[in-house]
Amino acid sequence: MESRTLTCIGCPMGCQVTINYDYINDTVDMDSITVTGNTCPRGREYAISEITNPTRTVTGTITLSNRDGRVAPVKTKSPIPKSKVSMVAEALMTISMEAPVKIGDVVINDICDTGVEVVVTNNIE
Amino acid sequence: MKKKIVIIGGGPAGLAASIAAKDAGIDDVLIIERGEHLGGILLQCIHNGFGLHTFKEELTGPEYAARYIEIAREKNVEAYLNTMVIDISRDKVVTCMSADKGIFTIEAESIILTMGCRERPRGALNTPGYRPAGIYSAGTAQKFVNIEGKLPGKEVVILGSGDIGLIMARRMTLEGAKVKAVAEIMPYSGGLKRNIVQCLDDFGIPLKLSTTVIDISGKDRVESVTLAQVDEKSRPIPGTEEIVPCDTLLLSCGLLPENELSTQMGVELSPVTGGPKVNESLETNIPGVFAAGNVLHVHDLVDYVSAEASQAGKYAALYVKALEAEKDDNLTENSESSVNAKSYAVTTGIGVRYTVPVSINPDRMDDLLTVRFRVANVYKNPEICVYFGDECIMRRKKLICSPGEMEQVILKKADMNKLKSGDAVKICLENV
Ligand SMILES: Cc1cc2nc3c(=O)[nH]c(=O)nc-3n(C[C@H](O)[C@H](O)[C@H](O)COP(=O)(O)OP(=O)(O)OC[C@H]3O[C@@H](n4cnc5c(N)ncnc54)[C@H](O)[C@@H]3O)c2cc1C
Ligand code: SF4
Repeated sequence: MESRTLTCIGCPMGCQVTINYDYINDTVDMDSITVTGNTCPRGREYAISEITNPTRTVTGTITLSNRDGRVAPVKTKSPIPKSKVSMVAEALMTISMEAPVKIGDVVINDICDTGVEVVVTNNIE
Repeated sequence: MKKKIVIIGGGPAGLAASIAAKDAGIDDVLIIERGEHLGGILLQCIHNGFGLHTFKEELTGPEYAARYIEIAREKNVEAYLNTMVIDISRDKVVTCMSADKGIFTIEAESIILTMGCRERPRGALNTPGYRPAGIYSAGTAQKFVNIEGKLPGKEVVILGSGDIGLIMARRMTLEGAKVKAVAEIMPYSGGLKRNIVQCLDDFGIPLKLSTTVIDISGKDRVESVTLAQVDEKSRPIPGTEEIVPCDTLLLSCGLLPENELSTQMGVELSPVTGGPKVNESLETNIPGVFAAGNVLHVHDLVDYVSAEASQAGKYAALYVKALEAEKDDNLTENSESSVNAKSYAVTTGIGVRYTVPVSINPDRMDDLLTVRFRVANVYKNPEICVYFGDECIMRRKKLICSPGEMEQVILKKADMNKLKSGDAVKICLENV
């Protein structure tokens, strides 16, 4: 039986969630999982995903080509694999767009082959 | 010019207060904001994690602000932008300054203070000598990177593990800088757990507790800083010095409520929070002057800022309505005017640093009243207790309480009749 205690990052409550699980042939046996310490179901989902497929939402900025180097904030529309966070951050550095932009404008359809959109997160005139 | 409710500051607190005041039936509501946009400090907090409690989804700071700006717009809340409030008098005359209107005054019936907070000055940095370039507060660096698109440096040490420092550690790492360490003079971090996980652990950035900066070298620009461990009295321990080469030092030493205007007008402040002392209605010692958000006490969760400010907006509206009722009918005795007669003090016991509010009048409270507080230290398995006089009326077990995370208890109006005259409501920790 494996056991890990994680701080849930699903929301700023930061619950201490403990997950117990077994392996079958090197993969996690989903039926063996027990989760405690979570205040809401997201905590269970988070703990399971941290041991099977950890993901993160990446936020950053892109350059506004017509605004003197000023930037617009962006995010990945859904979480991407944790292993690709740095790659996505690097890719964002090379992107520019023209203002005005608004919340939800799509910057790129599929960032770094994750299948996830990058969208603008502020309205800038 | 006359206005019924004037709100000073258009951050999340000011926005939520304006919406609640409108909803409570007062139409004449004005927000005064010195910045170019509404939204306050959220506009530079581009990371996500805002709003889960309010909107059941994770938003970034600007997205969260935009939701409230949109609602305020739908409700026709009036806002003066690029307008700085420079004085408020005790009888509620607000003096403002703007480039296009010059200096002008507004007579308010009620005022809601929502000026937010500012970063603590360099107090934590007691190094002798002069300061080379490359030292920034974490909030200033946040603005540089997230709005102006400029990276302040390439090799960074952060002093102080407040949330903004943690967030900036990740932000600068993702922008290609190398964050060498976060040094925290206390034996625990003042930041949210999840920020330590997401912003430091994820990137292998070391958090050095009980550690401070004792020297900075470099003539024109920072070239290195010297870190040293400290003892229980925060004195550097000889022999633990470590020189860390870097070109940038960020200071994240906490936030202080912005209360110069409040003090000038005679609002009484709590020496612990640096914010006004308020009653159950979030009203200060000056009747009709309310406070909410970071100006009242520093919050780590914007959701709670919005919730608190909605209450302030509602109570300001009730205050204005009571004034009107009084004017309409001078002859009827006003039961509202004796409101302070039956107030109970809210006091702090072991482990609790402060509470908001500091007094409660049960007649004026809603069915449920949230009392927010912070604890003094990190406590494992404490029980949060509420006493009415000598009697414990509520007891709640927690796995952990830490100074970085605001706590709350919810009092029921129905219970308040258990209070005897002379009793105080005491919030304390037990089993610590
Ligand atoms: C630099 C900094 C960075 C932060 N980063 C984070 C973060 O990353 N994550 C997080 O959860 N929380 C962060 N916070 C905490 C954050 O401030 C709160 O969550 C929330 O924004 C507080 O809302 P508020 O409305 O009380 O204050 P604010 O958002 O600060 O709004 C106050 C408003 O009042 C205006 N104002 C002040 N004085 C006057 C005046 N005299 N006249 C006119 N207008 C005035 C200001 O311009 C501002 O718009 C940060 C705080 C600071 C100071
Ligand atoms: S378990 Fe739920 S309440 Fe607790 S941190 Fe995770 S998302 Fe937040």
